[in-house]
Amino acid sequence: MGKAGGFLEINREEASKRPIQKRVEDYKELYKPFTESYLKSQAARCMDCGVPFCQFACPLGNLCPEWNDFVHKGNWKKALEILEETNNFPEFTGRVCPVLCEGSCVLGLNDKPVTIRNIELSIVEKGWEEGWIKPKLPKIRTKKKVAVVGSGPAGLAAAQQLNRLGHNVTVFERDKKAGGILTYGIPDYKIEKWVVERRIEQIEAEGVKFVYNTNVGIDCSVEELEEKFDAIVLAGGSKLARDLPVYGRELNGIYYAMDYLIQQNVINEGKQIPEKEFINAKNKSVIIIGGGDTGADCLGTALRQGAKKVYQIELLTKPLLDRPQQNPWPNYPQVLKVNTAHEEANELLKENEMEVRQWEILTKEFIGDGKGNLKKIKAIKVEWKEDENGKKQLHELEGTEFELDIDLALLAIGFVHPEHEGLVKNLNLELDGRGNVKANTIDFKTNKEKVFAAGDIRKGQSLVVWAIAEGRGVAEAVDKYLMD
Amino acid sequence: MKRPIGMPEAQGLYSPRNEKDNCGIGLVADIKGRKSHKIIKQGIQVLEKIEHRGAVGADPKTGDGAGILLQIPDEFFRIELGEKLPIQGEYGVGMMFLPRKSDEILICEGIIEKIVEEENQEVLEWRNVPVDPTHVGETAASTMPVIKQIFIKKNEETTNFELKLYVIRKRIEKAIENSEIKNKDHFYIPSMSSKVIVYKGLLLSDQVSKFYLDLNNKNMKTSIALIHQRYSTNTFPSWDLAQPFRYLAHNGEINTVKGNTNWMTSREPELYNEVLGNEIKKVLPITNPENSDSANLDNVLELLIASGKSLLEAISILVPVAWEKDTGMSKKVKAFYEYYSGIMEPWDGPAALALTDGEQIVATLDRNGLRPARYIVTTDDVIILASEAGTIEIEASKIKENGRLMPGKVLYIDTKKGKFISDEEAKEKMSSKKPYKKWLEKNKKNLAEIKIISKRHTNDLEKIMEKLKTFGYTREDLKEIIAPMAKNEKEPIGSMGNDVALSVLSDNSKLLFMYFKQLFAQVTNPPIDPIRERIVMSLTTNIGVKGNILEDDEDKSKLIELNSPILTNEEMDKIVNLSDENFRGKEIPILFDPIVEKGLEKGLETLFQKVDKVIEEGYNILILSDRNTDEFNAPIPSLLATAAVHHYLIRKKKRNGIDIIIETGEAREVMHFALLIGYGALAVNPYIALDSIEYMIKNKLYLTEGKIKNKEEKYVKAVNKGLLKIMSKMGISTIQSYRGAQIFEILGLKKIFVDKYFTGTISRIEGIGIDIIEKESKLRHKKAYETLRGIHNVLSNEGEYHWRKNGEKHLFSPEVIAKLQDSTRIGDYAEYKEYAELINDQSEKIATIRGLFEFQDKQAIPIEEVESIENIMKRFVTGAMSYGSISQEAHETLAIAMNTIGGKSNSGEGGENPERFKDNRRSAIKQIASGRFGVTTHYLVNADELQIKMAQGAKPGEGGHLPGHKVTETIAKVRYTSPGIDLISPPPHHDIYSIEDLAQLIFDLKNVNEKARVSVKLVSEVGVGTIAAGVSKAHADMILISGHDGGTGAAPLTSIKHTGLPWELGLSETQQVLSMNNLRGRVRIQTDGQMKTGRDVVIASLLGAEEFGFATAPLVVLGCVMMRVCHTNNCPVGVATQNPELRKRFLGKAKYLINYFKFIAQDVREIMSELGFRTIEEMVGKSEKIKMTNAINHWKANGVDISNILYKPTLPKKIATHCVTKQDHGIKNILDRELIKKAKSALENKEKVEFDVDIYNTNRTAGTMLSGEIARRYEAEGLEDDTIKINFKGYAGQSFGTFGMQGITYNLTGQANDYIGKGLFGAKIIIKVPEDANYKAEENVIGGNTILYGAIKGELYLNGIVGERFAVRNSGAYAVVEGIGDHGCEYMTGGRIAVLGKTGRNFAAGMSGGIAYVYDIDSDFDSKINKDMVLVEKLETEKYELEIKEMIEKHLEYTGSNRAKEILDNWSIAKDKFVKVIPPRYKELFEEGKVK
Repeated sequence: MGKAGGFLEINREEASKRPIQKRVEDYKELYKPFTESYLKSQAARCMDCGVPFCQFACPLGNLCPEWNDFVHKGNWKKALEILEETNNFPEFTGRVCPVLCEGSCVLGLNDKPVTIRNIELSIVEKGWEEGWIKPKLPKIRTKKKVAVVGSGPAGLAAAQQLNRLGHNVTVFERDKKAGGILTYGIPDYKIEKWVVERRIEQIEAEGVKFVYNTNVGIDCSVEELEEKFDAIVLAGGSKLARDLPVYGRELNGIYYAMDYLIQQNVINEGKQIPEKEFINAKNKSVIIIGGGDTGADCLGTALRQGAKKVYQIELLTKPLLDRPQQNPWPNYPQVLKVNTAHEEANELLKENEMEVRQWEILTKEFIGDGKGNLKKIKAIKVEWKEDENGKKQLHELEGTEFELDIDLALLAIGFVHPEHEGLVKNLNLELDGRGNVKANTIDFKTNKEKVFAAGDIRKGQSLVVWAIAEGRGVAEAVDKYLMD
Repeated sequence: MKRPIGMPEAQGLYSPRNEKDNCGIGLVADIKGRKSHKIIKQGIQVLEKIEHRGAVGADPKTGDGAGILLQIPDEFFRIELGEKLPIQGEYGVGMMFLPRKSDEILICEGIIEKIVEEENQEVLEWRNVPVDPTHVGETAASTMPVIKQIFIKKNEETTNFELKLYVIRKRIEKAIENSEIKNKDHFYIPSMSSKVIVYKGLLLSDQVSKFYLDLNNKNMKTSIALIHQRYSTNTFPSWDLAQPFRYLAHNGEINTVKGNTNWMTSREPELYNEVLGNEIKKVLPITNPENSDSANLDNVLELLIASGKSLLEAISILVPVAWEKDTGMSKKVKAFYEYYSGIMEPWDGPAALALTDGEQIVATLDRNGLRPARYIVTTDDVIILASEAGTIEIEASKIKENGRLMPGKVLYIDTKKGKFISDEEAKEKMSSKKPYKKWLEKNKKNLAEIKIISKRHTNDLEKIMEKLKTFGYTREDLKEIIAPMAKNEKEPIGSMGNDVALSVLSDNSKLLFMYFKQLFAQVTNPPIDPIRERIVMSLTTNIGVKGNILEDDEDKSKLIELNSPILTNEEMDKIVNLSDENFRGKEIPILFDPIVEKGLEKGLETLFQKVDKVIEEGYNILILSDRNTDEFNAPIPSLLATAAVHHYLIRKKKRNGIDIIIETGEAREVMHFALLIGYGALAVNPYIALDSIEYMIKNKLYLTEGKIKNKEEKYVKAVNKGLLKIMSKMGISTIQSYRGAQIFEILGLKKIFVDKYFTGTISRIEGIGIDIIEKESKLRHKKAYETLRGIHNVLSNEGEYHWRKNGEKHLFSPEVIAKLQDSTRIGDYAEYKEYAELINDQSEKIATIRGLFEFQDKQAIPIEEVESIENIMKRFVTGAMSYGSISQEAHETLAIAMNTIGGKSNSGEGGENPERFKDNRRSAIKQIASGRFGVTTHYLVNADELQIKMAQGAKPGEGGHLPGHKVTETIAKVRYTSPGIDLISPPPHHDIYSIEDLAQLIFDLKNVNEKARVSVKLVSEVGVGTIAAGVSKAHADMILISGHDGGTGAAPLTSIKHTGLPWELGLSETQQVLSMNNLRGRVRIQTDGQMKTGRDVVIASLLGAEEFGFATAPLVVLGCVMMRVCHTNNCPVGVATQNPELRKRFLGKAKYLINYFKFIAQDVREIMSELGFRTIEEMVGKSEKIKMTNAINHWKANGVDISNILYKPTLPKKIATHCVTKQDHGIKNILDRELIKKAKSALENKEKVEFDVDIYNTNRTAGTMLSGEIARRYEAEGLEDDTIKINFKGYAGQSFGTFGMQGITYNLTGQANDYIGKGLFGAKIIIKVPEDANYKAEENVIGGNTILYGAIKGELYLNGIVGERFAVRNSGAYAVVEGIGDHGCEYMTGGRIAVLGKTGRNFAAGMSGGIAYVYDIDSDFDSKINKDMVLVEKLETEKYELEIKEMIEKHLEYTGSNRAKEILDNWSIAKDKFVKVIPPRYKELFEEGKVK
């Protein structure tokens, strides 16, 4: 707890961001560094609840009240210790987590929640700055070898935890760099890549081996892995993007969001993308299909690339500003979120024919220019009505069809399941009904002996915080498996 | 060991050891020693006049026992036996209770005669005592023994005949006990003496002389008659528990009896003195744990007297006065007490004791004066002493003196010398026998005087992490417990109830401490206020105490005194380094090998061997230490080590003269220290807790600033305060008597384990044994040293206090809270069921005893046949939560909801805004708690139920303290106090120190509002069933058994966690004991404590409850999210706060609550239909429908055995097992019926009336029913002053003028007893001395104790002196009195008190408001004030002078007081002798004109 009754005196203050005009000129961090006094006073709002719903809501079980208290009292080192007890990578969640904790914060019942994420981020950054975060080497090594396939947040968390328990861990990554979506997928302005690299360095220093450019199941055989390792953790993510099979889908100028976003990550690394392959929004009219976070990332990126017009359309209904009754606290609030990219769009997009964000829009057709390039999109307004079973059904609204001139369409409508080709198939892994690798969250075992699955590959597309939690969970399970 | 006659064996949850009794005592004696039959007659008359202090059980003709002790009536026996009787003094008479079978009688007689002969005495004669059994009740008759007297002739050579008779009696008792006689339980010797004889039995007081025909014989004469009337909790027909015993009659309860008897057993091997010589062997054992506290006290008293001590010495050693802080006591007398404090621990507890050896008479009270005793000395030198005044009406002109027993003072009469001996003289003489003072000065040292030689250990903070983990410290231990103690010098406070799993059901490794629960006083004795009444408390501990209590010599003064039993590391070093033949300390490791099999058990065996060896080597201070725990040595749980060694030594008869000091890293919470001391440790050194303070300060962890030493000192002080609180909860005032007293109940340990290591402690549901305890220890140890692969750098947080993911299971988990709130808001029964499932299904993680239950023998019926939701909801109540602890919004919403569904809400303590009486915001239940805030006559008549709160689940035995800053204008208004001043609720009800007092309060309440039922709230603990039996006999209409886990707005965390037991146990025990006593049929039973679902209700019903209380869950429904910050006033949802900003955030609605209760009722119906019950009534007590679930396979819970909970005594059908009849409150023919008739025109037409009435001590609660009538008709306003003027004459019974309403004037000529003007609400009471009295009013007692308790307004004029606690918790009454006892004006919050004479000690303790003016006649008042909260000043300004003068003028006008006249006549001089006592904040308000 910060201060008894602190919440009565201090209001929630959001972190300040760089001015929009400035920040869209680069891919750097949006937020200004927090001041110590801001953090101490915001931490003082924490009520140290008898039942901390923040911790309950957090997949990691972050001990927010405890570190809030330490921050308020200025004991940053202790705050870090407690934070690291539950979270391997607070610098990631502190930047990109949609803060389930804040959604359940008791103060949020009738006031604004504590700025938990800002405090979390500050603790860990303080730790890096002060040199408190050092490699934690295990005191002894077991003779057990573990392969972790995939180096996204789940794989990294699993690798770090298992290594700290003394096991010998090798991470296989098919890309050139580790980090998965943290490195390739999330825009740099949300996570600058040195942040990821800094952590990878620590993990490497702790003794984890990284093997890059190796797609297990293709570049190296599964059998080889099975032979060499005592346990295999699959943490390959859920990368098969959802498609939009409408007329005109084959036209040029329609891309998956992830392909688009990764390109910009690569460019930011200082690498060149061949002109032909480069998906560039500059001076273009762009439509982003899908109203989620990935869509917003596309929007932010498109704005930085200099798009002329951008629209983001969503099939579902526009969320309310306040919690609807069927979404009571402490559930995560299903309310309208204004992403930083939306702030930017609202200020920058002067030529749009309508507001950037549109809800209840169904894409009907992509229309080409006759040369195989996208020229227009045809869409229709819909509404959602409950049927006799209480299920919401989609109805097109007659006569609301419209067309927009579009040069670039980005599909940000989620991911289906992990890629099955290669590893999953070669290992003959059993899948669940949604095409994910089947395993539970107690032992994380797949149907294959000594093969475990965690993160999106098991759970389906989800949040970074869930990935870390799964990584920690699988590490515990694997340790138990190895040591019993 | 012999069981009392008629007492059943332990069964189910019943144990005869839990039986309690309280009573009335009396004494009639001719001071000059003139014998007469009249003394017997008068003794019997006293007995009959205090009959209301006794009780009857289910059989109205069987009382709890009564008796009379007389001098040997030589004249009578001489006529009966004739010539063969030698001269008086040369023969002894044994009163014998014998078995009824003739063959057994013969065997008994044979044994007796043989022993008498072996002791070289001669059996003269057996005499059949003539009795008339037609005068005993049916139940009493069933166990009536054959009663005979044996006459024993003294051998000429015998020098000490009394001693011989004592030895003979003890030998006979042992011989019969060891014989094969089948009905030996019926054998008992009430007395065997050449001086006195006891006639007693299981009789009502008016049956004594009808039953024992001897007593009516004119030739039977005595100059001393000691009488006793027993009120027992049980109704089992026990003849031998009647009193008097051989020397004494006792009213009260010895709380420490378990420790006292254990220590006595330990002393036995060393007992020796010249007088007793070898005879001592024949009288062992001295005590018997199966006997009552009074009987055991009598047994030790006998021994001391037999050894040559005088009556006064003996009782002063056993029940010493509070000498420690008494500045007025002579140094010599103090030395006597101090010397004996080094030898004998006090027998502590409320007591009025009357003793006689046939020549001398001693009467005394406990150190705090908790029992009443008044006396009159007549002009012809007869003393009549009794619990009440007026038992024999003596005309005023024949009275020489009216007096009362006073705490710290003894009444001493030598009938041989024919005179009164003053307290000073008697004690001066007693303390002059030996040079106690000189001895002490020469030999006794305080530890502080001893120099440090060397330091044994340096704090190794490097390794502290391992140690902390070894001893299972969590972050919460540091943050929530140790740091606040070191910072604030007091125990941390928390709020809401305890909802975590019981230790035996928890998945986590628990410290052994966690399986123990503190016991506490309720009803049969009062808890003490250790803060306001600290003059009676003491933590002083002596090292070097010797065993032989029978001889006083210099050797026994060789002691080292510790101011506290908590030792700092430095103090520990001092003790270890003592190098004196008297103090030889040896460190003994308490460690075990965690690798070997049965390591712990082996470790204990090794420990015993070491202890033996060390003692053999001549060491007398055993320092049990776990300092050297390391990777290869795990610590034996410190409590186990301490208790095991303690009991091992007791068993081996080596405990005596050995001090056990424990040096342990484990102890950190107050509870831990209490346990270690409670199981025999002399002192505790908590070295890791102390080191952790240094660790925290150095790491800026929870403690950021301050000097290490200072913080450590504060921590120790906090522990000390906490210990005082725990002791006082049980009514124990000295740590010496608390030590080894084992005031705990065990929850979840195997009996076989308990019997071995914690001998004598109750453990009722079995549980884990030494193997699991070892496992738990090893888990902690492993965690500490398995660092190689560890990934956790910090201590864990087990979520014991605050919920944590993966921590301890809390029933109110986030999901539960969310589902409960959502389901009741939107009215979704399906979601409620999901919520209920989360609570009920404990197959994964068990939390509660009922989690182990499963229903069986289901005989399903269609749900339509089950009674309706509406019917069931009438049985629901919400818990007592005061307006003040929760917001007005929350409080009223609860009331509205409950009134809507036909249930009842509870006002809680603290009054209620009278506006609410008129609409559906009215609380149907009005609570009467110890603070009596807002308990007006108007409040009381506006209730359907009046609830006496004896205890509260979260903090039984404790008071409350609402700081002034929380007392807002509105709160002050409903509590009839002033805003901004502190409001303190004392731990006890000051009108309930024993069970007969409770019966009196029930009677008072029934008088004021006969339409309301009266309920008594108890908290579950071992023996609560027995207490409930007593409460049922006290005519409560309903008894509420609360679980330990109930909520609170503020309580010490240790209380929330470690006090009280689950309701399953308490409820079931109550059901069993009430049924066995045939007392169940006349009382309803309610239960509460974390009641959450329909299943909980059904289980409660099956275990015996008819009604069900909910508190936490309704608050959650109204928005509470278990923040546990009620005590900070920062409740963010407006439930438990008075902050207007936060109150705005309250979003609860009555509708939600109604939904909740409907859901519960529906849920109940569904289960009923499944089980086959149509009505709740059918279901009550059907525990056979429950069995232990098979579904649970748990390493700890597997050992639990719930069969005692489900036990059902086999009883005939005629015994009701649920409530079928109403109590007879005995208010049909009371005096008030007459008063009401005579006041008819005043009541109906407000016409003035005046009339005369004679009054007797049996007319209790006079004028209260009349007051109720007025309040009902005219509300709080009442009638105009003096509308009804009643001129009483005589001796008024207890509670005279209680709840007296505005408009009545009580004008009594005579005297009155305790509780005059209690809860006074506007009436005027005048009590004056009759005109023909020849004594000086200002020097004589006119009223009893606890006068004006909780008075609100009105006036009281007392023409004389009164007893203890005058004007306790007075809110606004004005009173003039001419002298008072101890603790005057305690907790007073308003009003004016003028004392025109002396006060006792501890005046104004806890006084936060009002003004007291004291006429400091001898200029010694200053030493009697408790100045903690008040200013003591001269009158200073005219404002005060005028006020006091006016009060005295009125006093003169009303009573004709001489003292008043004297003062007024000399006002200009007298006024300077006045001192005013006023709290500073009140003074400000008064001078600003903000209070009247």
